[in-house]
Amino acid sequence: MSGPTGPVVWADVPPFPTAAKKQLAKEEQRATLSRVTHQIRAKRAAVVHERDDWEDLRRAGEQIKTRVLRHLDTYLEQAEQALTDAGVTVHWAVDADHANRIIYALVSETGETEVVKVKSMATAEIGVNEFLAKRGITAVETDLAELIVQMAGDRPSHIVVPAIHRNRTEIRDIFTEHMPGVPDDLTDDPAQLAGQARRHLRQKFLRANVAISGANFVVADSGTLCIVESEGNGRMCLTLPDTLISVVGIEKIVPTFADLEVFLQLLPRSSTGERMNPYTSLWSGVTPGDGPQNMHVVFLDNGRTKALADPVGRQALRCIRCSACLNSCPVYERTGGHAYGSVYPGPIGAILTPQLRGMDDPVDRALPFASSLCGACYEVCPVRINIPQVLTHLRGKAVDHDRENRKRGVERTAFRAATFGFDNDLLYNAGLSAGLPAAHVAAGKDGLRWLPFLGGKWTASRDVIRPPRQSFRRWWKQQTRAPAEQGEP
Amino acid sequence: MRVALFITCVNDAMFPDTGKATVAVLRRLGQEVEFPTSQSCCGQPHFNSGYQDEAIPLVRRFVRAFDDYDVVVSPSASCVSMVHENYAYLAAKAGDRQLQSDLAALTPRVLELSQLLTDVLQVDDVGAYFPHTVTYHPACHGLRTLHLGDRYPRLLTAVEGLTLLDLQDAQECCGFGGMFSVKNADTSAAMVSSKVDNVLATGAQVLTSTDNSCLLNMAGALVRRSRATRFMHAAEILATTRAGGESWRETMPAVARADA
Repeated sequence: MSGPTGPVVWADVPPFPTAAKKQLAKEEQRATLSRVTHQIRAKRAAVVHERDDWEDLRRAGEQIKTRVLRHLDTYLEQAEQALTDAGVTVHWAVDADHANRIIYALVSETGETEVVKVKSMATAEIGVNEFLAKRGITAVETDLAELIVQMAGDRPSHIVVPAIHRNRTEIRDIFTEHMPGVPDDLTDDPAQLAGQARRHLRQKFLRANVAISGANFVVADSGTLCIVESEGNGRMCLTLPDTLISVVGIEKIVPTFADLEVFLQLLPRSSTGERMNPYTSLWSGVTPGDGPQNMHVVFLDNGRTKALADPVGRQALRCIRCSACLNSCPVYERTGGHAYGSVYPGPIGAILTPQLRGMDDPVDRALPFASSLCGACYEVCPVRINIPQVLTHLRGKAVDHDRENRKRGVERTAFRAATFGFDNDLLYNAGLSAGLPAAHVAAGKDGLRWLPFLGGKWTASRDVIRPPRQSFRRWWKQQTRAPAEQGEP
Repeated sequence: MRVALFITCVNDAMFPDTGKATVAVLRRLGQEVEFPTSQSCCGQPHFNSGYQDEAIPLVRRFVRAFDDYDVVVSPSASCVSMVHENYAYLAAKAGDRQLQSDLAALTPRVLELSQLLTDVLQVDDVGAYFPHTVTYHPACHGLRTLHLGDRYPRLLTAVEGLTLLDLQDAQECCGFGGMFSVKNADTSAAMVSSKVDNVLATGAQVLTSTDNSCLLNMAGALVRRSRATRFMHAAEILATTRAGGESWRETMPAVARADA
């Protein structure tokens, strides 16, 4: 099995349980996350419930993406042909490093040392900003939240709202410290903050000659790329510079232009709780004298074909990065995104990260366990990814990985012993008959406040409720036997 | 109609009263209930912890125990979900075609208690009497896998004397999740803490749910804050009557004794 194929995760973040503990202690962050996730949840619910065909839309989204994944090779070649015909140069990148080298070479050719960026998960996944920075090229994020994260030297904690963990007072402080020309009396009024960011970014847009973007969708038959956004910064990046480099995961294909109508309804409602997002940009290659004249698309694998080979896990590739699963997740709501240690946080991150990277690293093996399997993610997913199913599937893979490496021996032995006991009438009955009376006495009237070892993880926050004197089956046996013993029919 | 009780291992060992209550309610409605003693654990702890192969013998045992019955009823949405969501997958993984076809026939007959009461027996009012304020936590598997919807709210509001109080963020997970509660103990604790806040805010005398495992979690955290709120499985509320009170807890229901 190959090792990490790209940055995807931050090397200094420990496995989820430990990372989560650190994040849970940040009370202000927790309050912000709880407030904002509940707001987005309510907005989404309102615009979803007004559509009586919502379930049909979800099924359509699921089926289009499933079809694309089944015939991905054909659609990718069709997209390559259409893009090439429209004057776009198509590149294929097997992993993050490969993609970064392609991008660096393209930027170098232009002689520019500053590029503007449209918010994109694919470019975050490959760490292109860091790659270019080491080679003297500054990549400026132009999405407001992404800019905040970048200026603060922070990390994104959400797929759509990367600065969700910051409140507006913190944002004011970040601007004051890092943004040139900020007035001393800048307040934390959202309109003022947005105005300040607009003035700062406008200069960047006007002098940029190179833009780097991702794409939400690529239409295979027309070679059309599509980006949805809220702020208009994307539109600036896609139209003003002369060179446009778009990094696109190979799963972003939709077969025809008509298929876009399904996703352009599903995505904004699921993502920001809007009926329609403010800006939808579509472009089909180079138009002489209008917009970028030098266009490139870098199709990125970086572990995707590995995920595609897994019959259960591949459904994660249907993801359209809406973040509804993050916003609905009771775990994400409390730990925030940084605990997942990946550019893909939340439930989708817990199934995507280990599939893109493999399971050699303990961080990747811990992620599928970062869920109570409550199913809130699956319920809201616009392309019906059965996240709990993939989570339990990947837990099996994590356990198998440890089996090969002779780790987790105690746990495995315990589960084997449990199966042996549960699958044996005598042992099961004897266990209940012997264990319960003892446990009943040991727990006392008020139950237990403290247990040793693994049980201590439970009693850290909960009592152990007192077990009964006898099991249900013993009671049943006594009751059904009683009439016969009394000599009654 | 031959009805088998699928008690589940957690209820068998920790909550026998929930089993007694289920039997009492069904007998009151004229259903004879049998208890196949070869049943044990459904394998969910194994499956959810990644030990899928270890769960397969328990799938076979389930089929052996319950195959002869018209209806298999359980006071656990979580264990019923395990059967519906994962058994077919495990049988396929085991490459056992006989098991697959047995399951295809059996699984639709495996019902959560409220499905049997409201869908099959077509009753909302089971004749219970429970003069207390109650708040209901719709446990995740019942809510999102079995889609129990308003079945329990309907059953509970039909109970004489019962006042059902709304629980804030009721649909949010209590943080149990089986091994999740110890493997990610800090996150689980943060989740159950919010749930307890919301339960206490209702001022209800009783917290109820479809699953004792979730109640074990919520009540374990609840008692550290207040011993004023009781917790009990919804079946135990439905079993309590004006005439008999909670007598079902210790004795066989009246119908059974009359038979004897």
